[in-house]
Formats: sequence, C-alpha cells, structure tokens
Amino acid sequence: MSTFLELLFAGIALGAVYALVALGFTVVFRASRVINFAQGELLALGAFVVSWLVIDIHVPFWLAFVVGAAGTGLAAFIFQQGVLRFALGRPDFTIVMLTLGLATVLQAVLPTLFGSTGRANGDPWGGTSVRAGDVALAWVQVWTIVAALLVLAAFWVFNNHSKYGLAMRSAASDPEAALAVGVPLRRVYATAWVLAGVVACIGGVFLGGYPNTVDPNIGNTALLAFPAIILGGIDSTTGAVVGGFLIGIVEELTAGYQPQYASWLGSNFYLVAPYVLMIIVLLIRPYGLFGSRPAERL
Amino acid sequence: MKTRVIVIAVALAVALVLPFLLDAYWLSTFVFVLIAAIGALGLDVLTGRTGQISLGHAFFLGVGAYVGGFIGADHGFTAALWIPAAGIIAGLLGVIVGPTALRLRGLYLAIVTIGLIYIGQHIFVNVTALTGGPGGRAFVDPAFGGFTFTGGLDVAGLSFDRNGLFYYLALLLLVLAMVFVHNLARSSVGRAMTAVRDGELAAAVLGVNVARTKVAAFGISAGLAGVAGALYGSFLTFAVPTDWNLALSIEYVVMIVVGGMATLWGPVLGALFVIGLPALLQQVSGSQPFFGALQPADAAAIVYGVILIVFLLLEPRGVVGLVERVIHLIKRNRQMSLEPSGG
Repeated sequence: MSTFLELLFAGIALGAVYALVALGFTVVFRASRVINFAQGELLALGAFVVSWLVIDIHVPFWLAFVVGAAGTGLAAFIFQQGVLRFALGRPDFTIVMLTLGLATVLQAVLPTLFGSTGRANGDPWGGTSVRAGDVALAWVQVWTIVAALLVLAAFWVFNNHSKYGLAMRSAASDPEAALAVGVPLRRVYATAWVLAGVVACIGGVFLGGYPNTVDPNIGNTALLAFPAIILGGIDSTTGAVVGGFLIGIVEELTAGYQPQYASWLGSNFYLVAPYVLMIIVLLIRPYGLFGSRPAERL
Repeated sequence: MKTRVIVIAVALAVALVLPFLLDAYWLSTFVFVLIAAIGALGLDVLTGRTGQISLGHAFFLGVGAYVGGFIGADHGFTAALWIPAAGIIAGLLGVIVGPTALRLRGLYLAIVTIGLIYIGQHIFVNVTALTGGPGGRAFVDPAFGGFTFTGGLDVAGLSFDRNGLFYYLALLLLVLAMVFVHNLARSSVGRAMTAVRDGELAAAVLGVNVARTKVAAFGISAGLAGVAGALYGSFLTFAVPTDWNLALSIEYVVMIVVGGMATLWGPVLGALFVIGLPALLQQVSGSQPFFGALQPADAAAIVYGVILIVFLLLEPRGVVGLVERVIHLIKRNRQMSLEPSGG
C-alpha cells in the first residue's frame, strides 16, 4: 500500500510539472492557434538561468527564481515582438516553423552559455524528504505540487477575474470579433508569450530538482507534456491541468507496476504509456476530454 | 512548356556531372540530400498535397531501413529486392496506421503522429532480432547479384567510388519518385487529395471518398519514406533505434515548408537547404571554436535557425516561391527592354 501511495504521490508531483508545461502550451495556443515548439527550450533556459544565479552568483534561491522567471518571460516577449509580430496572418504552419527556428537557436545557445553537463537546479531542499506515516515524500515533490497549485490558482484568477484575462479569453474564442470590440490583440499575444515564458521557467526549475539535473536535454520533457494538452483538449486550460496530472500519475504507476505485471510490453514502457493513453482517448473523443469541436463551414 | 523542358534538362545535366566536381565531403552531403529529397517528396504528398500534418515520418524511415537490413543484410538478397520491399512494407504500415488518424485534424494529428515516433522507438528498441536493440545494427551496401557498391566501379574510363554509386542510385530513385508524384498530382486521386486539403467537408459533398483519399496519402507518403529510409540506413551503414526520432521528422517538415509545399521541386530544394546549409556552415566554420565556448556545430545551428526564421518571414512560399519571383523579375525586365517606350 505504501508503495502505491509513494508512486501516486510521485505521479502527482510529476503531473504538476506536466500541468505547468501544458499550461504554457495552451496559453500560447489559445492566443495564436499555434503549438510553440520552443516551449521545451524556454523551460531549459529558465532552469539554467536560475541554476546559474544560485550556484555561480550566489543569489538566494527565491530571488533567483523570480529573476529567472522574469528573464524567461522577457526572452519569450522578445521573440514574440521581434519575430512573430511580423508573421501575423500567415498560415499556422509558418508560425509553428518559426517557433522551431527559435528552438534550434536556443538548443545551440544553451550549451554554449552554460555547458552541456548536468548541474544542480540550486533549490535549497536537494534530496531531503519527509515521512508521513510510512510513506516517504521528497521535499522537491512537495514543493513542486505547492508551486504548481499556486501558479494554476494565480492563472485562474488572472484568466477569469482580470481585464487582460477577459481579453485573452475573447481573443481565444474569436480574434476578429475581439478586435472589432477593441481588444488590443497585439498586446494580448505578447502577454500570452510572457506568461508562457514565466510558466516554462517555473516548470523547468522543478523538473531539474533532485534526482534530476538541469541539462540542455531537459527541454525534451516538454515533448512528454504533449499527450497532456491533447488529452485535455488543446484549447482548454482546465484540460491542460487535468491532462497534466493524469499523465503524470499514469506514467509513475506504469513505471512502478508494469515491469512486474505486464513485462511483455517491454522495458521502459512507462515512457510511452502517456502516448498510448492519448491515442486511446483520442479515438473515443477526437478533440480531447475538455476540447471544443470547431464548427465546420463549407 | 518549352522553358520547363529546358529547366529539367539543365537540372538533370547538372545533377549528372555534379559528382565529378565535388570532393568527398560534398559528395556524401549530396547523397544525403538526394535520399532526403525522396523522403520529403513523400511527406509532401501527405502534408503539402493532402493537408495532413504528420510528424511521424521518421518512424516510416526507420521501418524502411530495418526492412532493408532484414532482407539485404540478414538474408543477403539483392538491392533490387530490398529497396522496393522497404517501400511496400512501410507503405502498408502507413495504410494500417492511417485510419487511426482519420478522425483527427490539424495540430491534433501532428501530435498524435509524434506518438507514433515514441511508440515506434519503443517497438524498435524491444524487437532486438530486427533492430539490434538499443545498441543498434549494421546495414549493408546495395548489391545487385554479385556486384556490390562497396568496391566502386570502373566503367568506360570513368571511375565511381562507393559514394558516387550511391549518388546515382539515389538520383535515379529520386527522378522516378518525382515522375510518380507528378503523375499522381494529375490523376483523380491527386485531385481528390487537393480537394480534401482545401476543404474536407466540401470534398465529401462533391463525392470524394475522404477516408480512402487520406489513407492513400498515408500509404504513398510512408512508402516513399520507406525507400528513403532503406537507402539512408544503407548509406549510414549503422543506426540505433533512437536515430528515428522527432528531430528527424521535424527536419523533413522543415524541408517541405522551406522548399515550398505542394510543388514538385519544393521538397528537393528544401532537402538541399536543410542538409546543404548546415554542411556548408560546418565547413566554413572549420574546427576552431569561435568566441570561447561556442562550438562550430553550435554556431552552425544558430546561423541555420536564424536563416530559417528570416527566410520564413520574408518568403512564405518557400524556395520555389523565391525562384518564381526571380523568374518573374527577369521576364518583366526582358519585356521592358523589348518595349523601351513602355511607361
């Protein structure tokens, strides 16, 4: 039983990171209808900046966290203003390719600036854990869940109870109508990218926590969040969060039990379990659990 | 029409003499370009012409390579058998996988095809008899009867090494693939594909069998990927399951977007851009690091990424669009010089 609880807890912690990454994807998708393929690299950038500030510059962790999140948001903002602004109205495909261009550049810039070996993420709790009953909970997992819930709550308040949140929701549901009633679309797009950058940094720092390290390949984890956004429905923020937690739990439980009970599925099956789950869900609900089916016009 | 014949003749002539003008580095780069062009042509049938975004192309490249390895290397059959077999088996797999994608659109489809990559890699790693498992497996050079590419060939005073022979084989297959796609686009199936791309519902109303058209596009696309993959594996001589990854798929998508989608020459020019440009940058930057820690490979990647961004911003229709623009400019200038009074 305690094994199950530990796996479940690890799954929720992993799911919290996926939820953060998925939220970053969804925010950009709702604003501009494209999948940001550079989300993983932004995540790595944020994690590296925080790690560098703490370990090399000896900045306190929490301050470094704030600076890193702001810096990643700024990087996303610069890309949006410097590149994507000029591609407004182009086919979605072109814009997706532009984010791929950014990913390519960042993939080369990061190892140049920070080296290509893994480094600690700089958090103060390292590998320590706390015991609740006979279940061991790692502090990094506890804080991951707390931070994710705080971010998600803050985003929910922003999205549902602020002027910009309203603007973002209207831009997501119908950009032309939003423009017609005076929603500053350009500012909405810029805000979405800044948010995606900030969320990416937070996800990156927790992803790099013990026993993992921050290395240039950390961005690949963003690819594992794809099933989360698809599972929930790509245009639904609720869906991204639910999908994220679901994928995290499924992955950890598969990692814990599949080698014992279904070894015929092969080694490391847990890495593909999210994708298998995603495909099964999509065959039943083609627009995800919470996604909206777009109207078809001739 | 007449200019097109001239363009094709010139392109073919250049392609035929090119290996004699290149050093070893560039010859092998161009072999990669030709092989990739075959695969990109396949992806363009699915994505450019039928409008189904796929990021799973690398999976079918892998299938092609392993079919080639199984028939060619493990059982020692002729390349005249394993190259077509790679295309047919990968194509059949495409037809089997295709229907699962029928209900999905746009970026949903793109992400589900990423799932194909990960699940495919998982299968590749676990079917060790065929793929060598995580450690990878070796492939053989193409052999026809008793003649193999390994030793090269001397014929009529001309001498071809292994890479030279690979070049002409890939060129031949690319030309065949281009003729095939050219004819396909002008057939009823090809027009059905365009109709599905431009409006699925409208196509269905007009009597196009949408499901069958999409599955056909998946099959053809996967088949060409299989041929390209078989050649790729053989040319590389060795591959591990993780070689057939998302980055490889993305390279192919960049090829068709940069080259110009739904055009015959787009995938070829795109392959030249995606493979030729990094090779060029790598050669120019040499082996000494630039500023401190910046490795030449990273510098090349940065320049490549920036050029990709600038290019997409300035010429949305790809290299083909750029070429058309230049031709248009030349024609207009010629007309203006014929009518000096014009204006």
